[in-house]
Amino acid sequence: MSFILTAVIMFIFWILLSGEFNIVLILSCIISSLFVSYISHDLLIGKTDIKLGLIRTLRFIKYIPWLMWQIVLSNIDLVKRTLHPRMPISPTIFSFRNELRTEMGMVALANSITLTPGTITIDVNKDEFIIHAVATELAEGLMEGEMQRRIKAIEGEAGV
Amino acid sequence: MDIIRTIISGILIATGCFLIVIAAIGVVRFPDFYTRMHPAGKGDTLGQGLVLTGLMVYEGFDLISVKLLIIIIFIFIANPTATHALAKAAYVAGVKPWVKDEGDGK
Repeated sequence: MSFILTAVIMFIFWILLSGEFNIVLILSCIISSLFVSYISHDLLIGKTDIKLGLIRTLRFIKYIPWLMWQIVLSNIDLVKRTLHPRMPISPTIFSFRNELRTEMGMVALANSITLTPGTITIDVNKDEFIIHAVATELAEGLMEGEMQRRIKAIEGEAGV
Repeated sequence: MDIIRTIISGILIATGCFLIVIAAIGVVRFPDFYTRMHPAGKGDTLGQGLVLTGLMVYEGFDLISVKLLIIIIFIFIANPTATHALAKAAYVAGVKPWVKDEGDGK
């Protein structure tokens, strides 16, 4: 199953990048996507439950608009702090507990934290996230944990 | 119709360029390594995203804009990851973060 799915994804990706439809290209597309998925189909999909993965992908797509809005807010904040003559910053390093189970969830949360107002992820391990915040009040905003709740909702029920 | 599209894409590209310039100024102005990662990680991501979105609007809906969309998605994943890698390297190497009360901290 993961073999077929990888092959289809590779096929679509090839079509998008080439955009031409003569016989030679389509044939080489089919052959190379089959070959690539033969040697690497356990990398892209792996042992994850495909149905669960699909549900998570859909939930993640619903999460994107909120993330975009946060990124815009983050950049407005950045512009203000950069251009302010006295630079209103008070950097802190802090950590909070990692409640996520899946690796993809951790990656998504770490990257979301880096993109949202005034915080970057320094380190992630099984127990905690270590965060650098450019101002203390922003750190408090993150500690409320709305983002982690949203990512947890994407992860949903049990399963890895 | 064409002129509206040109204006929209012009606004998007100008905003993106502005953000990239701000990010560059921020990298110079902020006091230490960690705070410098903030403009480099955020300003560049949205700046490049806006510039490429502007190009997408200018191009209209075809294969080229799909390729631009793929580049945008790649940047939105790769840029924060690179920021994280740099910050972690500094943290492991023991770079002391700048704190407000300790003067300029250099």
